Amino acid sequence: MSVEYFEAADLKQARDYLGRNPKAAVLAGGTDLVVGTRSGKRSLPDAIVAIHRLSELRGIEEQRRGALRLGALTSHADIESSEVVVRSWTALSDASALVGSPATRHLGTIGGNVCNASPAMEVGSPLLVFDARVELTSKRRKRTLPFSEFVTGPGRTAAEAGEMVTAVLLPALNRRPPVGSAYLRLEYRQAMEIAVVGAAAALAVDGRGKCKWARIAITAVAPTCLRASAAEDMLAGHKLTADVIDEAARAAAAVAKPIDDVRASAEYRREMVTVIVSRAIARAAARAQAGSR
Amino acid sequence: MKRELSLLVNGVTYQVDVEPHRNLLSVIRNEVGLTGAKEGCDDSECGACMVLLDGRPANSCSVLAMQAAGRRIETVEGLATGGKLHPLQTAFIEEGGVQCGFCTPGMLMSAKALLDSNPHPTDAEIRRYLSGNLCRCTGYSGIVRAVQKAAAAR
Repeated sequence: MSVEYFEAADLKQARDYLGRNPKAAVLAGGTDLVVGTRSGKRSLPDAIVAIHRLSELRGIEEQRRGALRLGALTSHADIESSEVVVRSWTALSDASALVGSPATRHLGTIGGNVCNASPAMEVGSPLLVFDARVELTSKRRKRTLPFSEFVTGPGRTAAEAGEMVTAVLLPALNRRPPVGSAYLRLEYRQAMEIAVVGAAAALAVDGRGKCKWARIAITAVAPTCLRASAAEDMLAGHKLTADVIDEAARAAAAVAKPIDDVRASAEYRREMVTVIVSRAIARAAARAQAGSR
Repeated sequence: MKRELSLLVNGVTYQVDVEPHRNLLSVIRNEVGLTGAKEGCDDSECGACMVLLDGRPANSCSVLAMQAAGRRIETVEGLATGGKLHPLQTAFIEEGGVQCGFCTPGMLMSAKALLDSNPHPTDAEIRRYLSGNLCRCTGYSGIVRAVQKAAAAR
């Protein structure tokens, strides 16, 4: 086995290396790449460009007018403990706090997580409900595209040869009336777990309990995490009663395309979408209303 | 092709030659010669290989050795100083936190990282911090008691 290993000292080096070796794998924390290659899930790449020393890619930056920029090397531990994420982008901190174990969260990065493109990735649905964009950089150009278009299938992304993810961007949200968000998952154990079913909700709720707008996404029940716009339409303009929430959750289950696997049957997953989406809506709504007091 | 690599383990610098695909655990065990960190699942699930990288827990089976260059690596061998056990080690013995011992080096390193960042954790915080370390002898209660005892002794 012969692997070429190149450790980039700055972004330009990484970009140039990828320009010369477009098939090289980008290595950040290693929690997917190193483990996956050893367990035979994928073959070891011939060339690796390690980017873990690029401090310019690490960190959470509040931008003008309430947008947020997460450098690709921002770890799940950084995200779960970030005051601004916990306060204003709560579904994302919920998700990062569920990833693996403390060690996984210290090493694992948001950039690596989205590039791994697992249908069960915890941050996937939160990024969908926040309309996140992914910033891609290559030797030739820099571009952004919606996260919903970035992940194209299990383990597949729209990143082209020579491109690397340099940031995940969360656009500003209209926070009047107050917005609450939540991500939760069905799990068989509380740590080192992969979502059986997951759901994220982001809602704006006014002082009288009426939902102004809603975004719902579901995890581990389709080839990619999925927005459920039919469910969103059933919430917008309504008071969030148990019946309204239940109906929306059923609409979300209708767009799921689950599979049978070792963790659950497709049938069970579809049933559980209703339960998990209901809980995500209720939790997000409670947070929105706590924010309005 | 082998590459020269300098690793700082428990305050000592080791010069090794390794292929770049080698993981940190195998290099610590085979080239550095410290066999405290264990290979359990080889899949980042069990935590037997836990070491500290710059003070934070890392599954050394899922880190390339090359990535650890220039970072502070701590293993269980570095816990005892001057022939005296670390308070965590003493507490693990006294509270029955050890049965077969295979998970113990990883447990100790996670527990050390916890106490270094949170000197007086609750039981729930201990369980959450050790959630990436599996013990198959069902020793969790003793382990949690041991971490509490070590925290109280600080």
